[in-house]
Order: sequence, then structure tokens, then C-alpha cells
Amino acid sequence: MNALAVVTQLLEIFVAILAAPAFLGWVNKCRAWLQNRRAPSLLQPYRGIHKLFHKDAVIAENASGLFRAAPYIVFGAMALAAAIVPSMWTRLPLTIAADSIALVGLLATARVFIALAAMDVGTAFGTMGARREMMVGFLAEPALLMVIFVAALISHTTSLPIIAERQTGEAMALYPGLAFTAVAFTLVLLAENARIPVDNPATHLELTMIHEAMLLEYSARHLALMEWAAALKLFVYTCIGITLFVPFGIATGAQGPLALLLSVPLLGAKLLFFGAALAVLETVSAKLRVLRAPEFLATAFLLAVLGMLVHLLLGT
Amino acid sequence: MSSSISSPLGACLALLAAWGLIGLAGLLRPRSVAFAGRWLFLLGALCSLALAVVAARSVVLPAEQVQLLIGLPGLPFHMRLDSLASVFLALLGAASAGISLFAAGYFRRGEGTLPGLLCLEYHVFLASMGLVILADDAYAFMVAWETMALASYFLVVTQHRIAEIRRAGFLYLLIAHVGAIGILLSFGVMQGGSWQFTFDAMRAASLDPGHAAMAFGLAFFGFGAKAGLVPLHVWLPEAHPAAPSPVSALMSGVMLKTAVYGVLRVTFDLLGEPQWSWGLVVLGVGLFTAFYGVVFAAVQTDMKRLLAWSSIENLGIIFTGIGIAIVFHGLGMGALAALALIAALYHCVNHAFMKSLLFCGTGAVLHATGERNLGRLGGLIHRMPWVAWLTLVGALGIAGLPPLNGFVSEWLLLQSFLFADTVPVRFVDMLLPLGAAVVVLSAALAGYVMVKFFGVIFLGQPREATLAGAHDAGTLERAGLVWLALGCVALGVMPVQVIGGLNAVSESLLAVGLGQGAEEWWLLAPSAARGASYGPLAFLVAGGIVVGLTVVGVRSFYHRRVRRGPAWDCGFARLDARMQDTAEGFGQPIRNIFQPFFRITRELPTPFDAAPAYHVTVEDRIWHDGYEPIGRLVRRAADLVARLQQGRIATYLLYSFVTLIVLLALVL
Repeated sequence: MNALAVVTQLLEIFVAILAAPAFLGWVNKCRAWLQNRRAPSLLQPYRGIHKLFHKDAVIAENASGLFRAAPYIVFGAMALAAAIVPSMWTRLPLTIAADSIALVGLLATARVFIALAAMDVGTAFGTMGARREMMVGFLAEPALLMVIFVAALISHTTSLPIIAERQTGEAMALYPGLAFTAVAFTLVLLAENARIPVDNPATHLELTMIHEAMLLEYSARHLALMEWAAALKLFVYTCIGITLFVPFGIATGAQGPLALLLSVPLLGAKLLFFGAALAVLETVSAKLRVLRAPEFLATAFLLAVLGMLVHLLLGT
Repeated sequence: MSSSISSPLGACLALLAAWGLIGLAGLLRPRSVAFAGRWLFLLGALCSLALAVVAARSVVLPAEQVQLLIGLPGLPFHMRLDSLASVFLALLGAASAGISLFAAGYFRRGEGTLPGLLCLEYHVFLASMGLVILADDAYAFMVAWETMALASYFLVVTQHRIAEIRRAGFLYLLIAHVGAIGILLSFGVMQGGSWQFTFDAMRAASLDPGHAAMAFGLAFFGFGAKAGLVPLHVWLPEAHPAAPSPVSALMSGVMLKTAVYGVLRVTFDLLGEPQWSWGLVVLGVGLFTAFYGVVFAAVQTDMKRLLAWSSIENLGIIFTGIGIAIVFHGLGMGALAALALIAALYHCVNHAFMKSLLFCGTGAVLHATGERNLGRLGGLIHRMPWVAWLTLVGALGIAGLPPLNGFVSEWLLLQSFLFADTVPVRFVDMLLPLGAAVVVLSAALAGYVMVKFFGVIFLGQPREATLAGAHDAGTLERAGLVWLALGCVALGVMPVQVIGGLNAVSESLLAVGLGQGAEEWWLLAPSAARGASYGPLAFLVAGGIVVGLTVVGVRSFYHRRVRRGPAWDCGFARLDARMQDTAEGFGQPIRNIFQPFFRITRELPTPFDAAPAYHVTVEDRIWHDGYEPIGRLVRRAADLVARLQQGRIATYLLYSFVTLIVLLALVL
């Protein structure tokens, strides 16, 4: 582990933490354009977070320590997740300590803490949100793991940097299994990040909300951390998609630091593209009833399993 | 042969004998809670600790045998301590140390069995589990196995004045004996015509494939009944909640593992060369059990019943690992078999700690509130912070979240699934990896179950006014919980050291170990797993640094002002405890999604009810469609036999007369 690796590792975390709100801003901007609205500034998410940090935190009388600790744990988990997804350079020291299964475990840890914190105050909305979030999670998490497993079966490892390196290194082979899992991954990304059609980030309509219902009791810095963590989650998920499906341009270990000069702007370009694509997807689809969400996620899970079967049947 | 106390086997036997003596000592002052309920249990905990240390050290030592001077004439007890036995003895000792410590603070004077009798039953139960693991001939094994079943039966019916508990105990005893018949018959097949019932003779006997498969099938049936594999699981959700909490912990955390031990002993040691196709059966049953168990756990409303169903799930996961190990081993893929076997063993140890911790936690809640029903709990994290935070460790562990212990075994199991596509049998290489889908689905559902379990009991507002008087656990109870929680954390962050021990088992059973790919002591990198690695300690430290920097950063850049106010809840002012999700409510999505699994009866209120009530009961289809018809059949057969039994002497004389005539007719 040399100094360069440490620097890139830190770079990976800080770029993710700092760029995540801008990425969210970009998705919101695209959505506004597509819906013929005047778009908010790219900096709007930063302003919102900054404003919240300045406010006094108000906590419910019967909130426990878990409620106060959860925002920090969730934010930390997301930052750590960002650190182990090789979006710019594959030689990251922390990826040795945590492979893709650990990454999914980390995301699950964050989910469990948000859900527990939502149950802590004991409001009707909080427990409802926690229940719905776990309902989404118990199908989305295995779907994500199956998506990763297909890539792992192709690359013969669960280590994300090696998956990315093998896919960039070898000649463009087409894996039919990946086509299924790419669709499954898109569905999981939408569900896990509380986007339409499973949840709507722009509404507080009680009948439909999931993620926002869990954050209702939070204010000020705790809310800021939770929202920042949500932005980070979207960023991390997009980076997972990039690593699994379009890793081209990620600087591999064999290449020197100069390759980073190319891979950083390339990551930016990919994010701009996928952010816009996400906005299009959200605009053309309608919100599902909550009762329909399990079907949507079961589709994702079965597509991922089908992808694995296709890969095993057809191979390359 | 004589055994000396200085050898590990001698020391283990001495400690088991000490447990027996402690139990008998309870009869000296059977009514004294302080003597029989506290001091003797503390002594028992010391023995447990010593056993754990001795057994853990003997894991890497060569096997050791001894012939005891007890038993029938010409049929003495044989004992043997090898790596496999050492691991399970260490599990027994380490988990029961925490449980006995907890129990020392738990038992109070009340209805039901006297403390002295309880002490006897409890320690005989412990000692018999140790003997099951050490036994080296079929006779000693069956004696220990039956003692274990009987001792635990008496412990289950501690509150024997309640009819429901007597019924649960009867069901448990019945299925335990159906299983014991399977095991007994399996030993009968395995002696292979030599009529020698020592395990050595069974190792030496060479069975033809048909008989070997029969022996395996019988053993799998018998041990599966003890392990609670579907469809032989029905006793488990009845018996575990009926027992006092430390006993539930012991049954779920340790006793179920003796069944795992039995399957491993028979499959890999006594039968020697398992056929790979057996593995598919074990794998299939394991996967189905895991999924079935967790789906039912998600809809339970009784906290101990929920944990019992979760035990079924975890045993399913363990047997999944064993199944895949048999497949790999049978096909000569040694290193991968080692990976799967170690995953299963690791999960055994993990589950012993996690489930004991959770059962003890529910015991503390039960004492403090007198409630087992999730619908009447809530908000206990304020009243019982020790129990709440320690239980959280176990809940997160069992949900399989890094960096706790449940994740390590799950990681190992998934790694071994990822190599199933290299199996050199067509179709099997395609179907096996799909098993991973069931494992990950069960693991994700376990997260759901644990959020429900922890959230409904400890978080939110108290659902009953009486909960305001709940008190935290006592010092001894806390000490027991702390020990078990520390075990969960240690197993989570030090996997390399644990696997070092489990590797010895793999080397002795499969003749192959799990090579470490990397040299680092903190990094789990099995060479079989091709470039994948997991370093929980680094993971934990990195996570700690990130979270710490966030806390410091937020506080120094901004401020740390905080105010308390009423809950916001979108501005709704009259919030009360009944507006929270109940346990039924929290399980509702699962009930809807997996409706075909359940037998649901609902009672809905009509609009004209003065006091509207809503009832929903969720029952096991297997009980209703599988067991009840058998029960009816038995009863009908009994009715037919009863018709013969008139109770009049003349009728019986007539029977004898007719029998004689028939026999004479046959002879002539």
C-alpha cells in the first residue's frame, strides 16, 4: 500500500461526498427540463444541506440514543460504500477489506438503521415508512446481489476492482446474462433510491411515501446528514452500475496515475449521461401503488436470477 | 485403557461429571433460590468456561480415545475426542457459560418446578449434550441422546401447570423419539453385518452404495427431526417458547447443533465416502427450511416464537452449507468442500451465540414486563438500556450485517455457491448456483424479521401503561448478555483465528483444509475463493473513522445545539401508542406476498359492532395438512383396536381359543 493508493482512496471518498449532491441536482434539473419547468440550480442541494446544518436540531421527547446516532451511522456507511466502489481507479486499499458482498451488506446496514430510527419515536408515519422500506429492501437487496453474482461468475471473483479490471482488460465480449441483469439493476436502483415508480422523492403524500416517511421526525443537522446520505446512495448505486456494466475508462492498477486524468472526466461524463437517463425513466413512468411495489421488485429479482441462468446456460 | 485427568479428553469427562455433581447438589436444598438457583449455576458457568478452554485447545491435537468403566457388561462406553468433537464441545462450553451466567440471575421462586430440580435437569442436560459429542459407540451415543431429550423435555415443561405447555412438551417428546428411531436404525445399518456397535467398527465396515445411502437417509431423517428441518419442524415453534428463556437459549443455541454434529459425524466420518447426490437432498431440504422458517418468522406475534422460527431458518442455512460440502466432496473438489463445510461450522458457532443472546434478551424482557406478546411491548430501550443495546448486537448479527458475525458465515457460504458452476456434472452446475438466490432472499428477509423484532419490542412508545414499571436486567443477567454479545463481536471481527480452528476439522474429515490466500492476520482470503477477501477489522476501523470524522466535522463546522419537543408526525398533535404498527401490521406485507404459505383465518368487524375487534391467526399449512391427518389416522386405528378390547374376560378367552384353533389348523 503506497502513498498513491492512499491518496486515490481519499480522493474516491471525497469526490463522492462532494459530488453526490451535485449529481442529485443534475437529475432534478433534467427532470425539470423534461417536465417543462424552470430548473433549480445545480447547487440547490448544497444550499439545502447548508441551511439545515445551521438550524437548531429539534428531537422528539421520547427519542433514544439510536435515533441520534443513526444519521451518523447511515452517512458513514454510505461514505464507506463510496470508498469501495472503484469508479475512477481500481487499486483502492479498502476494496481488499470489503468485496461486493460486503458492499451489499453495508448498504443493508444503512437501511436497517434508517428503519430502526424511524420506529424509534413511535409515530404512525415512521413505523409505516420503516415497514415499507424493509418490504422494498428484502426484495431489492437479493436482486442486487444476484446482479453482482452474474458479474462475479463471469469474472470468477466477488472483488469489485478485479471485476472491473477483467471487463476492461479483455476484448469486448458480449455476455447475454448481463443484458438481463442490467435491466434488473435499473429496477433495483429506482426502488432503492426512492425514485418513481416505487417512491416519489418530491412528495409528502402520506399514502405513497416510503423514504420521506422515515425522515419526518428528523430536523436540522440530522436531516441534513440523512439527505446527504440519500444523495450519496444514488451516487454509489450509479457508480456500481458503471463498474459492473460500463467499466471502460476506469484506470486499472497497471496504468499509472496519469490515467486518472482521463478517468475522472470520463466518470463525470458517464454520470451526466446516466443522470439524464434516470430523469427520462422517471418522467415516462407513473408512480405505482405501494401494493404493487413487491411485484415490481420480484420482477427485478427474477430477471436477475434469469440472467444468472442464461449466463450458466449460454456462457459467453 | 485408563484416562488421566491431564489429557484433554480426561479433563472434558471430568468437567461433564462435575456438571452432573452440580446438578445433584441442587437436590440438597431444592427450595433455595440462592443456593440451587444462583450459586450452583455460577459454578456450572465456571465448568462451561473451563470446558470451552480445554476443548478449544484440543481442536488441533490428534484424536484421543478412552473406554469407560460404565455401561453394560461386555458393552462399555467408548469416548473419543477429535477435532470435530472439540469444536462442538467448545461451542457448548462457550455458549453455555453465558447462558448459565444469565440463568444464575434469572430463576426466581414461582410456580412450576423447584429450583433444585431445575438445577438438576439443567446440568444433566448440559452433561448429556457433552456426552453426545464425545460418544464413540452407538450405545453410549443413544443413551446420551435420550438423556438429552428427556432432560430437555422436563425443562420445557417447567411450567407444567399450564395445559398448553404440557401439550408442547408432549409434541417435542414425540418427535424427538420418532427421530431417535431413525438414528438407531441408521446405526443398525452402519454396523454392516459385524454386529460391533463401536464407531471404529462402523468406520471400518464397507457398505455397498445402497446400504450406505439407506444409513445416510435414516440418519438425516433422525437428526433432521432434532434440527427442526421442514417438515419435521413442528415441535420447535411450540417447545422453544414454552421453556424458560435460558433453556430456550440452550436448546436453540446448543442442542440443535448436536443434530448438525450428528449429521457431520455420520456423513463424513462413519460412512466415510458420501455420494455427491446425497448433497443435493440435504441442500434442497436446507434451502427450503431456510426460506420457510424466515417467512414464518416474519409473521409471528410472540417474540419467542419468532426466534424459534428464526432458528429453523438458521439451521436451514447450516444444512445448505453441509449439502453443498457433500456435493463438492463427493465429486472430489476438496478445497471447495472445505470452504462450504467451514461456512456451515462457522454458522453453527455464530448461531449459538446470536440466538442465545436473543433468547436471553427476551427472557429479561419477559421478567421485566411479564409479556411475550409483541403487541403489548414497545419503548423498552428507555427502561432497559442494557438489554436493548446488547440485544441489538445479536439482532444485527443474525440479520447478517457486517462487521458482525452473521455476515462472515454468510460470506463464506455465498463464496462457495459461486464456485458451484465448476461442478463437473451437467445441469447440476447450472442449478446449484441458483441456490444462492434462495440464500440471499432468506438473509434479506432475516433483516426484515430482526427490524420487526427489535423495533417492536424496544423502540417506539410503550404499548401498555404497565410497561412504565419495567426494570433493567440484574447484574448477573447483564454479565451473561455481555459475554454472549462479546462473542458475537469477536466472531465477527476475528474470522481468521476462528477459521484456523475450524480448518482442523476440515482437514480431519475431508483431508483438505482451506488455504489462506493472504498472510495477513486480519484478512479473510480463502485461496479457494479466487481473489475475494474480507477484512472485518479494517472495515470496522475505516467505518469508525468515517463516522467519527462526520461527528467531529459536523460539530466543529456548525454547532451542537439540540432541543427536545413533542413528536412532529406531520403536525398531528394527538399521537398515541396505538397508532404505531403492531407486530401483525409490521408483518402484513410478508403475509400478503407469501399468502400461499400460510393458513390464515381472519375475523373482521362489521360496521355495526359496538366494540369492533380484528383477529388474525396465521398457521402452518404443514401442521394442518400433514400432521393432523396422521393424527386422525392414528386415532381411527386406535378406535378399531379399542373395539377388540372389551374388558370382559370371556371375550379374551374366546380370542385365545380362536387363535389356538387357527394355529392348529395351520400346523395340521
